[in-house]
Amino acid sequence: MFEALQFEFMQNALMAGLLASLICGIMGTLVIVNRLVFLSGGVAHAAYGGIGLAFFFGWPYLFGTIGFSLIMALFMATVTLKAKHRSDTIIGVLWAVGMALGIILIDLTPGYHVDLMSYLFGSILTVPDSDIWLMLGVAVTIICVVTYFYNDYLALSYDEEFAQIRGIHVKGLYFVLIALLAVAVVMIIRVVGLILVIALLTIPPYIVEKYSKSLFKMMIFSCLLSAAFTMTGLWISFTLNLTSGATIILVAGAGFLLSLALERVMPKISKRANRMVEE
Amino acid sequence: MNQSIIKIRNLNFSYNRQPVLQDVDLEVATGDFMAMIGPNGGGKTTLLKLMLGLLSADRGQILIFGKSPKAVSHRIGYVPQDVHINKDFPVSVLDVVMMGKLRPGRGWTRHSKNDRASACHVLEKVEMADYDDRRIGELSIGQIQRVFVARALVTEPDLLFLDEPTASIDTKGQREFYTLLKELNEIITIIVVSHDLMVVSGYVKSVACVNQRLHHHGHAELTGEMIELMYQCTAEEVCPVELIAHGVPHRVLHPHEEE
Repeated sequence: MFEALQFEFMQNALMAGLLASLICGIMGTLVIVNRLVFLSGGVAHAAYGGIGLAFFFGWPYLFGTIGFSLIMALFMATVTLKAKHRSDTIIGVLWAVGMALGIILIDLTPGYHVDLMSYLFGSILTVPDSDIWLMLGVAVTIICVVTYFYNDYLALSYDEEFAQIRGIHVKGLYFVLIALLAVAVVMIIRVVGLILVIALLTIPPYIVEKYSKSLFKMMIFSCLLSAAFTMTGLWISFTLNLTSGATIILVAGAGFLLSLALERVMPKISKRANRMVEE
Repeated sequence: MNQSIIKIRNLNFSYNRQPVLQDVDLEVATGDFMAMIGPNGGGKTTLLKLMLGLLSADRGQILIFGKSPKAVSHRIGYVPQDVHINKDFPVSVLDVVMMGKLRPGRGWTRHSKNDRASACHVLEKVEMADYDDRRIGELSIGQIQRVFVARALVTEPDLLFLDEPTASIDTKGQREFYTLLKELNEIITIIVVSHDLMVVSGYVKSVACVNQRLHHHGHAELTGEMIELMYQCTAEEVCPVELIAHGVPHRVLHPHEEE
């Protein structure tokens, strides 16, 4: 691992992985407690439509993708607020249509074709410096917004109605949350791919939720666990020469299974320990 | 003392074109302790949510402290019926209570020592002080209900709405709970939704029967005349008979008479 760090691409991969962990740890926590996993998946997949648009019309990549994803995300958010019971269907439709649109537009674009695989799994080993800076910018923005509105987000995530009665701008903050989520997802897709985004958004927060006493601790633990998964995955992929994105996801998946197993075993062990103490 | 704190005129509300509330008129005096009774789906919770500004009426007017509910909802303490929402949520009892100290646009600042102190104080009042550090999901439903009462009280409300606050509390706990409410009623106007009229009757000052329409028995002496009042209510086809049966002592002998 240490000799690997001499390579610039490996340093960048490490930085990108850590920044992605930071962003996913914070946003993932809010995604889990607000039950936005499906919406995040929808945004991430629909973003492909934005990539297609950007290529077809020759727009700058980020402009097309972030713009399109933001519109899709805010539309999904509106539907979620207006028609709660139908929102999953509509998110599913946008999810599929966005992707299909992206693929057709890229088919129609003459010349260079983006590889769907690199969109799905990203290419963490070829992250340029400029992307690292962009991710850093997104991370700082997210930290500022979430810190500033921490108490409000805590209240509206736990009990939306109560937050509204207290005079919190629940809808406004909800849209801000979804917009941040869309930007974060698009940024990270470019670096580590959309499958890894979903994995990092959901797996670490889900594992640590049971062991966290506050939303803040859940965010911190998620970031740390994400970072551990990313580092381990990168190291394994480097040593065994495997696809890095997929390796990171498998490491996270293994962590997930391990936590489920621990949850089963732990009560039994503590019970046995208690019995031994009593004897 | 007898000024109206709530004025509702000709209120109509429907959900998916099904009328839930029709032509509701209600005046609640400052200092009142009103019980709201009625069958499930009769519109009690809906009426509370309309008064909190969480729902908007189709027709009619609601004035609370002389203003629209949305403008003054922060002066109302609310204890919702469904307290086991988000049971796995990573939040401590104390932090839940401190949500009552939120103000719009407050941002940045952490909760002050004063906020913490008043949160601890109300937790003592509802006898949950020993649990302040626990995760909310570790508590029983009855305990969570107490925490939610504390969360409503810490807002220092002028008006307190409770939606079936004793549904999961045993009889002794209920009595203690209503004694606490009666004590609070010395400074706060209270509206409580309840199924168990018999428990409520010893404590409240007035009763509103809600079943699409509302009938308010203002300031009636409830204890002796209750059954009579209820029959009167039935005659007007406002109150549900089966629900009144809950409160009538002879139901103990014929628990299945409704079937």
